[in-house]
Amino acid sequence: METLTDERIKELELKANEIRQSIIEMLLEAKSGHTAGPLGMADIFTYLYFHGLKHNPKNPEWEERDRLVLSNGHICPVLYATMAHAGYFPIEELKTLRKFGSRLQGHPHRDFLPMLETSSGPLGSGLSQTVGMALADRIDSGRSSDRTIYCLMSDGEHDSGNIWEGAMLAGKEKLQNLIAIVDRNNIQIDGFTEDIMPLEPLADKWRAWNWHVQEINGHDMQEINNAIGEAKAVFEKPSVIIAHTIPGKGVKEFERKFEWHGKPPNAEEAAVALNELRSLGGQISGYHND
Amino acid sequence: MIDPNLNSNVFDENVEQQPIRKGFGEGLLIAGEADSRIVGLCADLTESTQMHLFKNKFPERYVQIGVAEQNLATVASGMAAMGKIPFITSYAMFSPGRNWEQIRTTIAYNNRPVKIAGSHAGISVGPDGGTHQAVEDMAIMRVIPRMVVISPCDSIEARKATIAAAKTDAPVYIRLAREKTPLITTEETPFEIGKAQVFWSPANGVEPQAGIVVTGTLVIKALIAAKALQEEGIEVKVINLATIKPLDEETIINLAKECGAIVTVEEHQVHGGMGGALAECLASNYPVPQEFIGVNDEFGQSGTMEELWKHYKMDTSDIINAVRNVMKRKK
Repeated sequence: METLTDERIKELELKANEIRQSIIEMLLEAKSGHTAGPLGMADIFTYLYFHGLKHNPKNPEWEERDRLVLSNGHICPVLYATMAHAGYFPIEELKTLRKFGSRLQGHPHRDFLPMLETSSGPLGSGLSQTVGMALADRIDSGRSSDRTIYCLMSDGEHDSGNIWEGAMLAGKEKLQNLIAIVDRNNIQIDGFTEDIMPLEPLADKWRAWNWHVQEINGHDMQEINNAIGEAKAVFEKPSVIIAHTIPGKGVKEFERKFEWHGKPPNAEEAAVALNELRSLGGQISGYHND
Repeated sequence: MIDPNLNSNVFDENVEQQPIRKGFGEGLLIAGEADSRIVGLCADLTESTQMHLFKNKFPERYVQIGVAEQNLATVASGMAAMGKIPFITSYAMFSPGRNWEQIRTTIAYNNRPVKIAGSHAGISVGPDGGTHQAVEDMAIMRVIPRMVVISPCDSIEARKATIAAAKTDAPVYIRLAREKTPLITTEETPFEIGKAQVFWSPANGVEPQAGIVVTGTLVIKALIAAKALQEEGIEVKVINLATIKPLDEETIINLAKECGAIVTVEEHQVHGGMGGALAECLASNYPVPQEFIGVNDEFGQSGTMEELWKHYKMDTSDIINAVRNVMKRKK
């Protein structure tokens, strides 16, 4: 994976900013949904859909595509927003989030949006699905497969035994075509992860399951790029990237507050958030000051 | 009289016996030979569930999951997403017993053609005791949209059901039993998912006085009961209901019209089981008196298969009594 140029980083950061704006707009319209997680993962989703992922928005069924499974389905506003910006469906459709008849169900559902790799929402089961995908890929293409299977998952869902089961199997099977990206934002619904159910030492747990482990700043495009590149270069093990992120990233008022895990902004809060995003945190003059 | 397509020795004392799960193992091997998309996953019970036949032939298409049934279901879902047709096996108590939500969400909700084989179902598991006797599995599987539920009556039917399951696009639950039970069907007996079959009819075109609908291991008991009833002048019709879902409503409603009274027989909780499925259908279409043979809201225990069938009132004599009782309730 080549190093990103400064220009490319700037492009990706601006795209992530647009996606964050869409997240705020769709949540405002939906009047329910999760805010912190989607904002926190906007950089990683942007990197993947606009740089790292082998995919074709005009042909979602393309057999040779990489597979991206979102395990913690509740952060789907970032998945939907990124997919829309990448060209899978009209950006305007984002405003139908969580509404009756919408393809954008409150938690992802393939019946409504078949281009999704899986339906998700109940926590803890995405990693194992990607383990199954990686195993199937190995049966078909051997260990020189050119497809990468990505699992995007949360830290809180490590409480679930299903994650441990999937991680152990992937380690046993040395699934080099599998990359898990953990959103290490330290919050879950009831509070901070280390108060609810301590996960640390998290990296050591993954090492013990025989995974290649990297820890990165999940908002730094260059670090994300380098980590994916390194993960792809590891042949003997599956790879996990523990991405340290700030929940609510991009909107100062929301950042690091677990109260924003499961609620949408109201009109006033959304205006503040959009203003902050459109002015790039006050660096340029906003155009949403009304 | 017994259907001519069935084993003519079925009432002999020394009728050939095989465990129902054996037919599953044989069927999986045959299906695996015919379709390279088929993969096998097991949660540390490969030989018990008879998956070893497939594993030995196709080691590269077999995955040992370990004692992790939630992983069993979710990994299978992922493999199905890549075009595989996964068969997953464990004891019914653990799969679908332990991994219900994973089956619902990642397999059925996702519309993935995973085939779930739950072995050692029913109280006939015997000495292992109540922890290992799944008598709730059909209830929890049949409430899941899209899920097909099959409960074969013998090893041969299990083999055919397994081969048929491999060819459907639907997720399927196949219920298997541990102990040897008589071979009732033959190679000639037709099998089709969703089709109920008449296994016993009154002699000489006489009208049946009651219908018995039975599934799984107890089909033999129902046939013996039908024969005994005929000897005392009571004619019944026996339907083998191998597919619990989708229910063959036409056959069931016609049976109700023809007999006016029905006894259902299953090695499962009465609540939510096959009898319940019939009652749901008949209450809406053609209500008739119904008696339920099954486990009545209690757990199993250790014992031999025959001791337990007797204790939980699923024996031939219990079926005969239920037929007499239901006939009294006819209008």
